[in-house]
Amino acid sequence: MSFRRLAETERRAITFEVDGHAVAALEGDTYLTAIRIAGLALRRSEFGDGPRAGFCLMGACQDCWIWTQAGERLRACSTTAEAGTRLLTEPDAGMWPCPIS
Amino acid sequence: MPDIVIIGAGPAGIRAAETLAEQRLPVTLVDEGERGGGQIYRRQPAGFRRSYASLYGSEAGKAKALHDTFDRLKARIDYRPNTLAWNIADNVLHTVTGAVARRLRFDAAILATGATDRLIPVDGWTTPGVYSLGAAQIALKAQACAIGGAVVFMGTGPLLYLVACQYVKAGARVAAVLDTSPLSARHQALPRLLTSRPGLALRGLRLILQLRSAGIPVETGITPLAIANDGANVTGLRYRSSSGEIEELACDAVGLGYHLRPETQLADLAGCALSFDETSRLWLPKTDPDGRASVAGLYLAGDGARIAGADAAEISGRLAAYAVLADLGHGVPESKRRALHRAARRLERFRLALAQAFPWPHWLAGEIADEVLVCRCEKISAGELRHAATTLGAAELNRAKAFSRVGMGRCQGRYCGTIAAEIVAATCGRPVDGVGRLRGQAPVKPLPLATTAEEAA
Ligand SMILES: Cc1cc2nc3c(=O)[nH]c(=O)nc-3n(C[C@H](O)[C@H](O)[C@H](O)COP(=O)(O)OP(=O)(O)OC[C@H]3O[C@@H](n4cnc5c(N)ncnc54)[C@H](O)[C@@H]3O)c2cc1C
Repeated sequence: MSFRRLAETERRAITFEVDGHAVAALEGDTYLTAIRIAGLALRRSEFGDGPRAGFCLMGACQDCWIWTQAGERLRACSTTAEAGTRLLTEPDAGMWPCPIS
Repeated sequence: MPDIVIIGAGPAGIRAAETLAEQRLPVTLVDEGERGGGQIYRRQPAGFRRSYASLYGSEAGKAKALHDTFDRLKARIDYRPNTLAWNIADNVLHTVTGAVARRLRFDAAILATGATDRLIPVDGWTTPGVYSLGAAQIALKAQACAIGGAVVFMGTGPLLYLVACQYVKAGARVAAVLDTSPLSARHQALPRLLTSRPGLALRGLRLILQLRSAGIPVETGITPLAIANDGANVTGLRYRSSSGEIEELACDAVGLGYHLRPETQLADLAGCALSFDETSRLWLPKTDPDGRASVAGLYLAGDGARIAGADAAEISGRLAAYAVLADLGHGVPESKRRALHRAARRLERFRLALAQAFPWPHWLAGEIADEVLVCRCEKISAGELRHAATTLGAAELNRAKAFSRVGMGRCQGRYCGTIAAEIVAATCGRPVDGVGRLRGQAPVKPLPLATTAEEAA
């Protein structure tokens, strides 16, 4: 298990998809929160050292990158979840590596 | 009219903007976040209902006052949320909002960029479930969540006890609080803590008592050894107690942090001189008591200049605005300015006493095993960094970076930089200020993939 909700549980339920799997969220959750509540990791390290699930939650460490189907890179820790979004934990081939711009 | 830009809408930036707007000067306030407030007074998303008292505890009044000020101010200034300042040079600030890049020319810039957690790697720290101490607090404040079902807080500094208490109050289970600072350091610092800010010092002591009376193990003088995991989740934590015993604890999440480090990249890029602060072992931008940097037209305020807490941030924000006013030929209320200086000196004494009570445990640099990852971004181990420092002869941090790639990843050295300096220094037997510091580089954070050409605005 990972994140636990402690309050604010009366919000509207929504769902989005990560790599084709449905993830339940509450309106106002970040993608990272919903993914951690579901007990999932966010991505796998591109250097082969295992799963990652973010670290700083303030947009500084960049360890929570996740991609939209359109190829937009998001920081899961600071992006509010939207119903129906389809996310990918790895960018389309050809977009990586792209550490800076 | 002069162009004035402020970077950062935390306590420092908001008070600076307020002070300048009172004199009817046009101000542009840029912040990467969606909502103003900064770190300590971070706002919860729209639709959340917790009260100020439950969110900010003893600081609820200050939080409300700052938010109210900001809400009134927003209409009177050019406020740009969701806007990253990614470079600064020659009186031009480079920003990006969404994918739109803009250039902002300025006569005066106040950098109020705040801080991030200061970290020391430990075996297993990249496992999902391990978060920075600040992250643990953000999960609670901004998302009403705990980072796990049985959380250990490990590191040092006042935030360690504060966040642990906030978790307990919110109904989370805290498995232990493990502090690397020896108890003797706190005893030695206590008189100075009590004389500089008695109220705050007592509040700190009360936090520790609250944890103890909630039955939570609180240990001092520990040495972190490893975060146990099954490859995907945290299962426990191993440390050495102050008496030398190896201890193991079960937990499913860890909040890790050793104070904070200032966000000095923009100051560095603007050419401001930095100097080594012996107390914190950090490089800090040089300023005069009003916040003037070494480069004309640049000013610093808040945690981005030195980590002195929220009250000090509000004071230094006002002082920096006064300095801008004075330099632009406007009058400044001298008695108010002197009162702010007096308050700032008292808070500075408290900062020094806190650093004595909870020293940055640089000695752990020698304890980090060769296999432990120092750089989370590019998977570089302590051993590889030591190899660069010795065999490759890189006894200077930027050379060690070039050889080992430590500090070159996506976080730009925010999470490995200060400990990498200690590791290189310890390996080469040099003082840490003798190995230099990672130079700031633009962009200070990765830009969106589809950033468009810059417009002047
Ligand atoms: C995660 C965290 C939690 C903390 N919790 C507490 C606490 O509970 N109690 C306490 O006393 N102190 C706490 N602190 C210390 C706290 O930072 C200060 O007390 C206070 O918030 C400092 O105010 P500031 O205005 O200097 O910076 P901040 O409040 O950190 O504000 C800085 C602002 O600058 C913005 N910014 C930074 N760089 C850029 C850029 N390049 N472009 C655009 N915008 C930028 C950030 O988005 C942020 O909003 C915490 C610090 C952190 C990092």
